[in-house]
Amino acid sequence: MKEFLVGKLNWSDLPHDWVMFGGTATFILTFIVALVVLIRTNKLKWLWNEWLTSVDPKKIGIMYFISGGVMLLRGGLDVLLMWAQQALSSGDSRGFLTAEHYQEIFTAHGNIMVFFVAMAFIFGLINYIVPLQIGARDLASPFLNTLGFWLFIGGIVMVNMFFVFGGHYAATGWLAVAPLSGKEFSPGVGVDYWIWSLMISGIGTTLGAINFIMTILKMRAPGMKLLKMPLFTWGSLCSMIMAVTVFPLLTATLFLVYFDRVLGTHFFTTLGGGDPMMYTNLIWMWGHPEVYVLILPAFGVFSEVVSTFSRKPIASYKSAVAGMIGVSAFALSVWLHHFFTMGAGADVNAFFGIMTMVIAIPTSVLVFNWIATMYKGKIKFDTPMLWFMGFVAIFAIGGITGVMLAIPPIDFQLHNSLFLVAHFHSTVIGGVLFGIFCAISYWFPKFTGIRLNERIGKLAFWFWVIGFCLSFIPMYVLGFMGASRRLDHYDASTGWQPLFILMFIGGLVIAIGVAMQLAQILASFIQKNKLRDVTGGDPWNGRTLEWATSSPPQFYNFTVIPQVSSVDAYWEMKQQGIQKPVYEDIHMPKNTAVGIYISIYGTLASFAFVWEINWIIVVSIIGIIVTFIRRAFTEDSEYTITAAEVQKLEEKRIKKSLEDDKHKADDSEEEMGVIELVKFIINFVLNIIKNKSWRKW
Amino acid sequence: MDKVGVGKRQKKRSSVVWPILILLTVLTAMFFFIKYIIKGKNVALLNPKGLIAQEQYNLLVFTVTVLLAAVIPTMIILYYTAWKYRESNSVTAALPEANKNKHIVAYMWAIPIVIMLVLANTMWPATHRLAPQRPINDSKPLTIQVVAMRWKWLFIYPDQKIATVNFVQIPINTPVKFEMTADEMPMSSFWIPNLGGQLYTMTGHVNRLNLMADTVGDYPGSTPEINGNGFAGMKFTARVSSDDDFDQWVKQVKSLPEILDSAKYEDILRPSEYNSAAFYSAYENNLYDKVVLKYTGSAEGHKHE
Repeated sequence: MKEFLVGKLNWSDLPHDWVMFGGTATFILTFIVALVVLIRTNKLKWLWNEWLTSVDPKKIGIMYFISGGVMLLRGGLDVLLMWAQQALSSGDSRGFLTAEHYQEIFTAHGNIMVFFVAMAFIFGLINYIVPLQIGARDLASPFLNTLGFWLFIGGIVMVNMFFVFGGHYAATGWLAVAPLSGKEFSPGVGVDYWIWSLMISGIGTTLGAINFIMTILKMRAPGMKLLKMPLFTWGSLCSMIMAVTVFPLLTATLFLVYFDRVLGTHFFTTLGGGDPMMYTNLIWMWGHPEVYVLILPAFGVFSEVVSTFSRKPIASYKSAVAGMIGVSAFALSVWLHHFFTMGAGADVNAFFGIMTMVIAIPTSVLVFNWIATMYKGKIKFDTPMLWFMGFVAIFAIGGITGVMLAIPPIDFQLHNSLFLVAHFHSTVIGGVLFGIFCAISYWFPKFTGIRLNERIGKLAFWFWVIGFCLSFIPMYVLGFMGASRRLDHYDASTGWQPLFILMFIGGLVIAIGVAMQLAQILASFIQKNKLRDVTGGDPWNGRTLEWATSSPPQFYNFTVIPQVSSVDAYWEMKQQGIQKPVYEDIHMPKNTAVGIYISIYGTLASFAFVWEINWIIVVSIIGIIVTFIRRAFTEDSEYTITAAEVQKLEEKRIKKSLEDDKHKADDSEEEMGVIELVKFIINFVLNIIKNKSWRKW
Repeated sequence: MDKVGVGKRQKKRSSVVWPILILLTVLTAMFFFIKYIIKGKNVALLNPKGLIAQEQYNLLVFTVTVLLAAVIPTMIILYYTAWKYRESNSVTAALPEANKNKHIVAYMWAIPIVIMLVLANTMWPATHRLAPQRPINDSKPLTIQVVAMRWKWLFIYPDQKIATVNFVQIPINTPVKFEMTADEMPMSSFWIPNLGGQLYTMTGHVNRLNLMADTVGDYPGSTPEINGNGFAGMKFTARVSSDDDFDQWVKQVKSLPEILDSAKYEDILRPSEYNSAAFYSAYENNLYDKVVLKYTGSAEGHKHE
């Protein structure tokens, strides 16, 4: 009976050691506090109606950012735990983590950073910016978008669920290589959590990608031919096409692993005719393109930023597009370079080595293109440009080390060493993360109508760069010294400890950088009157269509869909003078909670798959199907805003923005620094205590 | 008016100069710190002690040189361009709307293509020459059979009829062929950084790694592929000795009482962590073949040629 009701769940699986319990307490407390605050301020209904059930890609984009930001902190905490362990655990000392716990932490770190941080921000950016850049009011399928987002949230819930319901996370590395991930070597539920977290968010990604491809191909403003799309949209299109190509492969592979684990099949086992090498191939056929799914939109961001801040069109638009298409095409044929060391013959290895080096060509073309764009420009060095400057140096290091690793005989010595770890962090932090930071500081005025605080932003940038050098240069050196990755302990005689300590210090410096970024956003909102963007939505003198709308844009994006005749559409419009709009009827999709319901059923099913609670599986799958069919028969999913209403909304917006502009503080007020911010917060808290204003709550 | 402008510019410049100075100071301090730390330590990859490692090192140096020759000028040009065409530089007041230079696109594509051709031209033959399966030379190699277990390495010397755990001794300047498989063990990797590297070990598969050492000494061996709880403790020592010392050592091991019979084998097959070295003067007949056979049904295994 018990097994029927709760499957394998057991009291003894609940979190019991103190590190885990810290996580458990944090999660539950945060949830309760958030709920209480929402109820006390009567915001619950507003949150549900305006945000959670929204199909507006702009709101979904913001929700992606927030969840990605929270997960960045969670994944960052993992890093500090790992590096503290490595800094301590030399010789006789074993540090403060057991081997298994340590392995769970780096597995979670990898999954969280790739799936729930990088993917979150990239999807958030595409959601927010792409419709604006192509002059669309919405996505091709608003419903798929909210469904994709909520499945992604389901993935986040699954990856953190062991904190609450117990068991452990996978201790297998972020790709759960077979046969280590099989039942034989990983009997616990950790790998199942891993499978279902990736499964559910992976399905969300596939749906999202299909939606974006449809949107970009079918919903561009009149006159915007494919070769007149902004480069960020091009990067996103290439990236989403790759995602659609490879994510089904991930889903299929995950199913096979699950069958191996639960049904006792032998796809990837050592015995019974299974072949673990097949798993390695399949997972990297997805895993390698996955990192390019992340980097291509970042390349797009940098292209836009360099062009805007140099006040020039991109030097060779066609080369940039060709470069991005080249990267995505070749990225599908290089997966074997992740395992030259598995024993393939020299011909196979050399072929994949050359394919990998070929990718360096379009990437270099992009870099040269950026240089040529800056040449004879008039470059403004605001924070977005600063992130670009940091990106180039770090990404160049990642590129050099990447080509080194692409040469099989060198790879035999560097593979699985800390050198490899340092390499992909150079590309992922330097390329993807800096790209995301660049994008956020670039488009923040678009999201909010407020510029970001430059002073603290620049400080954050320098902390990141210096912290990066402090952590990853020693890591390269450790790789040369023969230190392999994922070590929870090493001999004192190796002499590695000072370098690991340096890495940990670097980690702390990066943590300060992250804190500065949070402070930057806070300070910008505190000084919102000073930092208000009074240019009517175009603070950087932008070139592409997203700057043609107000900031933040109305929920229908454009009052009038613009007519496009060149790559830098808005630049052209500004040259010719912007015409007075003629209002028309607008069709918009209605908000829907169906995405949330399906995701709840999906997460329940995933949870039940992990613990083998069959009745929940059956109930939730029926729930998914029924909800989906009901949604499919809903015809009342759109509404119309008449031209008169649009006019009213526009007039209201303009009136409000003029009013807000009056509040704009004059320029004599200085931008806040960190010290002023700290003073402000202290005063704020003191005031609350002095006035006893909590009584009002 | 002028004075205000100058003041503003100076203020602006100092906001970039200070962080760059701090960054450079940190980098310099790190350079000396790391130099001090690694002094006298084994920086294995820059310190090859065998033929393969030496060749891999040479290839590494060549590649890095070619890449740096391309990347350093690119970086200098990039930062110089950014600096020169900064807004506050009054020299560059002109604001051209498009690039006039048509050749620039050709350069963009030609430079990386040429560099990659140079590298690929070296890489193809090097990959074949340094393929781990390829015998070092025509002389008969010393064969050592390797079994990865949770979490230790078993070495079997089929010609000498001895076996060891977590310790492998090889004679200097003699080609050695490691034949590697695994037993009840996830995919693992066999790596002696000073001698050359790294190949996976898999149950039912036989991977071959040919190495040759040229300097006497003890070198650390490790297991860089994640394989479970005992991962970090799965280390071994590779000792390179003269021919005489090697023969001496074999004799010594042969005189030891302990043998690796099937009971003992079952015993060491059980998962255990941080094992120290062990030596066996004899082992069960056809032990290695049996290990491979257990997973494949044929003693040949899945050969990786």
